[in-house]
Amino acid sequence: MSNPATLGPAVIGGALITRDQPRGARPRRTLSGRNIMLYGTLFVVSVYYLLPLYVMIVTSLKGMPEIRLGNIFSPPMEITFQPWVKAWQEACTGLNCDGLSRGFWNSVRITVPSVILSIAIASVNGYALANWRFKGAQLFFTILIFGAFIPYQVMLYPIVILLRELGIYGTLTGLVIVHTIFGMPILTLLFRNYFTSVPEELFKAARVDGAGFWGIYFKIMLPMALPIFVVAIILQVTGIWNDFLFGVVYTRPEYYPMTVQLNNIVNSVQGVKEYNVNMAATILTGVVPLIIYFISVKLFVRGIAAGAVKG
Amino acid sequence: MSSIVIKDLTLTFGSVNVLNKLNIDVAEGEFIVLLGPSGCGKSTLLNCIAGLLDITDGQIHINGKNVTWEEPKDRGIGMVFQSYALYPQMTVRGNLSFGLKNARLPKAEIDKRIARAASILQIEPLLERKPAALSGGQRQRVAIGRALVRDVDVFLFDEPLSNLDAKLRSELRIEIKRLHAQLKNTMVYVTHDQIEALTLADRIAVMRGGLIQQLSDPKTIYNKPANLFVAAFIGSPAMSMLEGRVEDGPTGPVFATGDTQIALAGYDGNAHPAGGRDAVLGIRPEHVAIRPASADADAVGVPATVDIDEPMGSDSLVWLKMAGHTVSVRAIAEHGLQPGQQVRLVPDISKSSLFDKQTEQRL
Amino acid sequence: MAAQSRPSQLFRNLSAKIASIPMVLTALVVFVGGTIWTVVYSFTDSRLLPRLRFVGFEQYERLWSAERWLVSIENLAIYGVLSLIFSLVIGFVLAALLDQKIRFEDAFRTILLYPFALSFIVTGLVWQWILNPEFGVQKVVRGLGFSSFTFDPLYNADIVIYGVLIAGLWQGTGLIMCLMLAGLRGIDEDIWKATRIDGIPMWKTYLFVVIPMMRPVFITTLVIITSGIVKLYDLVVAQTGGGPGIASEVPAKYVYDFMFRAQNLGQGFAASTMMLLSVAIIVVPWAYLEFGGKKRV
Repeated sequence: MSNPATLGPAVIGGALITRDQPRGARPRRTLSGRNIMLYGTLFVVSVYYLLPLYVMIVTSLKGMPEIRLGNIFSPPMEITFQPWVKAWQEACTGLNCDGLSRGFWNSVRITVPSVILSIAIASVNGYALANWRFKGAQLFFTILIFGAFIPYQVMLYPIVILLRELGIYGTLTGLVIVHTIFGMPILTLLFRNYFTSVPEELFKAARVDGAGFWGIYFKIMLPMALPIFVVAIILQVTGIWNDFLFGVVYTRPEYYPMTVQLNNIVNSVQGVKEYNVNMAATILTGVVPLIIYFISVKLFVRGIAAGAVKG
Repeated sequence: MSSIVIKDLTLTFGSVNVLNKLNIDVAEGEFIVLLGPSGCGKSTLLNCIAGLLDITDGQIHINGKNVTWEEPKDRGIGMVFQSYALYPQMTVRGNLSFGLKNARLPKAEIDKRIARAASILQIEPLLERKPAALSGGQRQRVAIGRALVRDVDVFLFDEPLSNLDAKLRSELRIEIKRLHAQLKNTMVYVTHDQIEALTLADRIAVMRGGLIQQLSDPKTIYNKPANLFVAAFIGSPAMSMLEGRVEDGPTGPVFATGDTQIALAGYDGNAHPAGGRDAVLGIRPEHVAIRPASADADAVGVPATVDIDEPMGSDSLVWLKMAGHTVSVRAIAEHGLQPGQQVRLVPDISKSSLFDKQTEQRL
Repeated sequence: MAAQSRPSQLFRNLSAKIASIPMVLTALVVFVGGTIWTVVYSFTDSRLLPRLRFVGFEQYERLWSAERWLVSIENLAIYGVLSLIFSLVIGFVLAALLDQKIRFEDAFRTILLYPFALSFIVTGLVWQWILNPEFGVQKVVRGLGFSSFTFDPLYNADIVIYGVLIAGLWQGTGLIMCLMLAGLRGIDEDIWKATRIDGIPMWKTYLFVVIPMMRPVFITTLVIITSGIVKLYDLVVAQTGGGPGIASEVPAKYVYDFMFRAQNLGQGFAASTMMLLSVAIIVVPWAYLEFGGKKRV
């Protein structure tokens, strides 16, 4: 195609004759420098981000001899699931040698009630704040939000005392209460913001129809808020499952959640380190929130935006 | 020489033809308005002229130069946006000079241009303020100023008044007209508001579905709309439309509708289609006279019944039922007509428009 | 005619009040009460059990003369500043790249964000493995022929905190990127058109127009990052255990170790009060600026 710059326009009768001149869409090479840099950078960055996941998986499928000889980035020559079995069933934490399965079920027993309880309370609180004004509500809510910034360490011991007084220090119930307490600020904010965006007319119409506080909550607000409930569930399940600090402070060893157990398995083993078992254990611990993440990325992003961006 | 020439401009998104082989010739110093409902492609066309959108086929020439592949900054255009798009963190002076500084113009030149633009637009006292401290009208003037300092021949306006309230809109409308008279630049203006179009334009391009329905001066568009769409779109209150047939009658062509026949003598157009044809007769409310009812069979006009009256201050819009159709007529405020009253309507056929029912084109 | 007594103000919206009891209790007892309790007891000499024997600032004097605490503070400062700078820069650049109307945007975002879904323990352990000198990166690069290549930050007391930083950034930048992307998407499209008409190159537009317009997003992100930095604990426990020696200690770990291992509650309380102070220094002025005097959320 001839260079447009060398073809001058031919003018006949005042109108420009079009020939090979610039016409239609700009010539756009898909392989332009800009695109190469753009996609190239993103590709390299993606590889960097995926690398640890890849290493985790690959290491957990190798036998120990291969690990000692090979390099961590090479795929397994011989795939073995033994490390997985060992991690789940036989890994030792302290005196117990019944594997991560114990921690897994502990985590489940901790997470499920915590999620349910914290969301139930926070959603009702958020709804109360959004639609029912009463004296002092703002103040308490402000304290709650400020509380979200307070480092947990400051409140660690007073809560120990509290749980001891209630006789539940060291039990799963105690930990559930702790998670509920610390989940409240962000969740209440989340729900309150959501409920304030519900048109007030709906609320007024329900009151005119005679519904009261709980009636409106269950019949109108709850069904409407299902998307935000899902977001809250995702946030809470991820946060509580991944927690370490509360798990290690507020439970006895037989109730340790998976994260605490994982750390014990890997970091307090004397003697020969079985890296493949360690990596298998690591994956097992991370797999639950990862699955939730991959299923619901869009909602996850929404949850972050809603929960993290205040006001 | 033409200021802007658009040849066979086509824009396709996937399988959708957003702009369809458009051809427009804009003369130097002309004020042309792209008018149409939302989705008709007028803003898209403007963005193509500006170079913000790549076209699929066709060419764009500005001031004799083929700019089809040029970046917006090299096309000799300035643009004013609906949301003003002022840089919020900079003062007015900063907004006006940002582009010029980037083009490495000497400071003296920059100051000169800003001073000139500021005096034309009367924004001198605002130069050190930030956009947040300006009113809507002031912001729009600064937005125009940003285009002014670029020292270009062509100004593009993308619905600049749509964000303003009615009063401000009419004030700024006059200012833009004054600006055009003063600067004599070519201006391409996009709007969905026909009042703006009729008052500002030298020529209007009425658009719909990516096609130009009619490209003409406001008077022609108002009095001789090229098709049904243009006729219905332009004019407020809207034209009354009557469906019927154009036939040959004893004294010439007539428009037959219901049980009435309206003589088409004096029609400005072709009212003699071979054989009859289905047509739509369009009459503007101000082109119909109301006469008292008469039992005289030779009386001029068509019998009608008054339905509803809409007083609008200076005059009234009267809705009547005539020959099975609803017709609106503009009357003086003190017309004294009552609902249910019988009258006669005398349309001024020389100012009416006949449209072929099938092709929708004006006959 | 019996006059109807007006129901007391207390009983208005009773259900709402009852339903809010958990929130009120939490706010008062745990957040306010707990914090005050800890601060008060930081002035005592509690050891295994809390004891109300006041000793003035003794705990704080001990704290600030303990090498372990000083190292913790230094580590937190280094980690904090670098984490802040790098996550903002990297997060913004990634967001700007993703904002370019590219294909596979969702895929890229999914990949960049997934580390956020992992526990810090998981992150710490996998990076401990990758940075392992015997089997990890160092071995791989040496295997490629660079036999004198050294890269074992986790065993080098001077730079171990940077090893922790690498892991922390890997986990956290995805979140920052999401926040920045949301901010970028909120920029009026016409601004981009205006700069294009004016002929402003893209990088200048970002630097002089877009970033100033995103000030609120940056500030919010800053507050989020900062309040997360102080809580740095799980990552260190998993990745280095505070080592080598005490080279990667952090305040949160100091608190836990003294409270629950060394049976020195007083030190733990003093350390956590210092942590509270450092957060307050940043959050309180921000809250005041954002909401002006009386906080109105």
